[in-house]
Amino acid sequence: MLELRDLHVKFNDSTREAVGGIDLTIADGEVVGLVGESGSGKTVTAMTLSGLIERKKVTCRGEVLLDGVDLLAPRSRAELRKLQGSVIGVVFQEPMSAMDPLMRIGPQVEEALAVHTKLAKDERRKRALEALGEADLSDPEDVYNRYPHECSGGMLQRVMIAAALVTRPKLLILDEPTTALDVTVQADILKLLRRLNEEHGTSMLLISHNLQVVRRICSRVAVMQRGKIVEQGAMEDVFLRPQHPYTIELINAIPRRVKKE
Amino acid sequence: MRYTAKKIGTLLLTLVLVSLFVFLAFSLLSGDAATRMLGTEATPERLAALRAELELDKPLPVRYVDWISNLLRGDMGTSYQYRLPVAQLVAERLRPSLTMTVMAFALIVLLSIPVGVVTAKYAGGWLDRTVTVLGQLLMSVPPFFTGILFTYIFGLILRLFVPGSFPAWEDGAAAYLGYLFFPALAIALPRVAMTVRLLRGCILEEAQKDYVRTSMARGRSRGDILYRHVLKNTLVPLVTFLAMTVAELVAGGVIIEQVFSIPGLGRLLISGISNRDAPVVQAVVTLVAFWVVVCNLAGDLLGRRIDPRLRNGEGGDA
Amino acid sequence: MKKRNYYLLFGAILTAAVLAFILLGYFWTPCDPMKMDGAARSAAPSLRHLMGTDKFGRDILSRVMKGAGATFLVAFGTVVIGTVIGTLVGALTGYFGGWLDEVLMRFNDALSAFPGFLLALVLVSVLGPGRRHLLLALGIVFIPSYARIVRTEFKRASVQNYVKSARLMGASTFRILFVHILPNILTVLLSAITIGFNNAVLAEAAMSYLGIGVSPDEASLGYMLSDSQAYLSTTPWYALGAGLVIVLLILGVGLIGEGLQRKDL
Repeated sequence: MLELRDLHVKFNDSTREAVGGIDLTIADGEVVGLVGESGSGKTVTAMTLSGLIERKKVTCRGEVLLDGVDLLAPRSRAELRKLQGSVIGVVFQEPMSAMDPLMRIGPQVEEALAVHTKLAKDERRKRALEALGEADLSDPEDVYNRYPHECSGGMLQRVMIAAALVTRPKLLILDEPTTALDVTVQADILKLLRRLNEEHGTSMLLISHNLQVVRRICSRVAVMQRGKIVEQGAMEDVFLRPQHPYTIELINAIPRRVKKE
Repeated sequence: MRYTAKKIGTLLLTLVLVSLFVFLAFSLLSGDAATRMLGTEATPERLAALRAELELDKPLPVRYVDWISNLLRGDMGTSYQYRLPVAQLVAERLRPSLTMTVMAFALIVLLSIPVGVVTAKYAGGWLDRTVTVLGQLLMSVPPFFTGILFTYIFGLILRLFVPGSFPAWEDGAAAYLGYLFFPALAIALPRVAMTVRLLRGCILEEAQKDYVRTSMARGRSRGDILYRHVLKNTLVPLVTFLAMTVAELVAGGVIIEQVFSIPGLGRLLISGISNRDAPVVQAVVTLVAFWVVVCNLAGDLLGRRIDPRLRNGEGGDA
Repeated sequence: MKKRNYYLLFGAILTAAVLAFILLGYFWTPCDPMKMDGAARSAAPSLRHLMGTDKFGRDILSRVMKGAGATFLVAFGTVVIGTVIGTLVGALTGYFGGWLDEVLMRFNDALSAFPGFLLALVLVSVLGPGRRHLLLALGIVFIPSYARIVRTEFKRASVQNYVKSARLMGASTFRILFVHILPNILTVLLSAITIGFNNAVLAEAAMSYLGIGVSPDEASLGYMLSDSQAYLSTTPWYALGAGLVIVLLILGVGLIGEGLQRKDL
């Protein structure tokens, strides 16, 4: 459903390409990981295909095909916005700062519905509560009425996932969704993502610097270094039989004890 | 709760410090009021009698406590120069000062919020740059000079009002408000410029925050995000600043009343100061301090209503 | 990031021009500011009298030059008092902390809610007229605002590594405070000084406009403005001349302050 063809992204104030020609496909219902260290271009890639990169600041080349429609082809902002939040959902790294501190959680979860649908207020509320429940929040009513600062980081990341999935998007982009969380909470969030993928068939692109995290839920993985994809393939193939020296380096960086698990 | 208690404590301290400052300034530095009042007619007996009448013979702490407790009962003492109850003098002059301050405040809110929002929205454009330059200029013109310019342009040339002849409220609200509009605008203008700058800066800062990106990822346009998320988040610093503005407006009002010959509290204060009329000065300054404290508290409570993080506990990191 | 700092540039040029104008006024004025030219009373600006004359036929430009000098002196003195004492208090309380710091800052918080101008007004009135009293009153009233800014900076600096290492190397407290920390907070202090200076100019002008703390022979710009108001219909250039110098002085210094703040960003 999503296909990147020879994608180049260059910031206008820089001489080097942040993304230097990558090819990547995500099939329906597939969970793909994109790993690499900070500055490797993985977040720029994600921001480009979610339409969040400021077009004025960058020059893009290549194609980003979503169900055959090129997201990079000149199109109005309004047209792009129709896809954001309805077909593509995004979950960010820092759940606390990703939420409006002065707004209760409920309306924030409903926001995408308010933008893209004509649902009545109580209908939106019902859908938001459902989404919160699906994200394993034990008391959706309670969470709905809280302010972000009254919740833990793990709770908020569940809320962010619920908010991204409330419109049933086809593609969910996860930008380091567990990096800011405690290890135990990390595992729960990953379990939740896997379950949601199985239940709804949502395609996911998981971006992380941590290969171990990616291995938990991805069926395929692409390794990025300095703006290029240096290796990609089925998760276990890459993990057990890495070809590129950089991938080997990444695998060796994982502590032994965890690797055996 | 602790935060509220601390805030109220600080504000009470403001009241005590300001009143004590004025009280001590007059008691310790200003010389003997009785001698000055009697002038050449002073004889030891008459001096002693007047001092007793003015209660100047009591020790300082007693006099301060007496003064405070009288004040709390609404008794502000008797003016040395007018020989009238200060409370009466103040009551007669309260209305124009209050009207002018409220008008100035309304002008600041009505002018600076739309301008601040528009300049932030089109930051870097020609409008934004023009407003920035204009604002820097406005901040450099002392209100009393603006007042003199207004007197000349709107009073003497355009004849929109007659400088120096202040129409009483009883002579018609239109004339009264029309006259007060110009001094109110004069003290408001520099503050408008400051508020615009603050608001513009806050909006631009908020627009960089992560939650704006989240909202964009949900398909909201930048304009919608400004009105639905960003503006609310700039309200707390704005309210705090506006609360402080009230204090500055009062100080500016004292001077501008002189420029436009408005018979308000400011003129009473100046005449009290010129004549070393301690009871008048003490009363007016304490009243101003009270007004400042009330506005501060109101701003604080309003900020707490807007930002849930300020409601419970230590006040958050906002 | 090679954008020119136009604020700083224009501010410096403008301030330098106004200062040159003021300095010149101490030594030389086009006419004797007290001399009354009977032939040119209430004369409009001309080549002979660039800003015109007042109703006694005195040259307004010359009077403005002298008046600006008086205003500048008071504002400058006020800034010196406020900065020196404010920096000392702020440095000591900020660096050492403790109960004295707590108490002083409570007092500072409480006082800062109230407009300092009104306190200075009261102080001048009881001290009696005279430029020295005006200077003293304004200086005292402005101390807390400097102390607050300096304290915050010293408090922040006191836990930083360069201070810690200086302490480990056995530098004396005096040395740490004024050789190590002070230069690091100079930008902040300078921009506080520009704001303080402008407030002092405004306060001095306002005071002398109200006729408090001045005697006519020390005529400063504020006093001249109040004087000019009575003749606004016949000699509007009087008010304009005096007011314009205040505006330019404040504008120049304000631009410098703005430029300093932007330099950090």
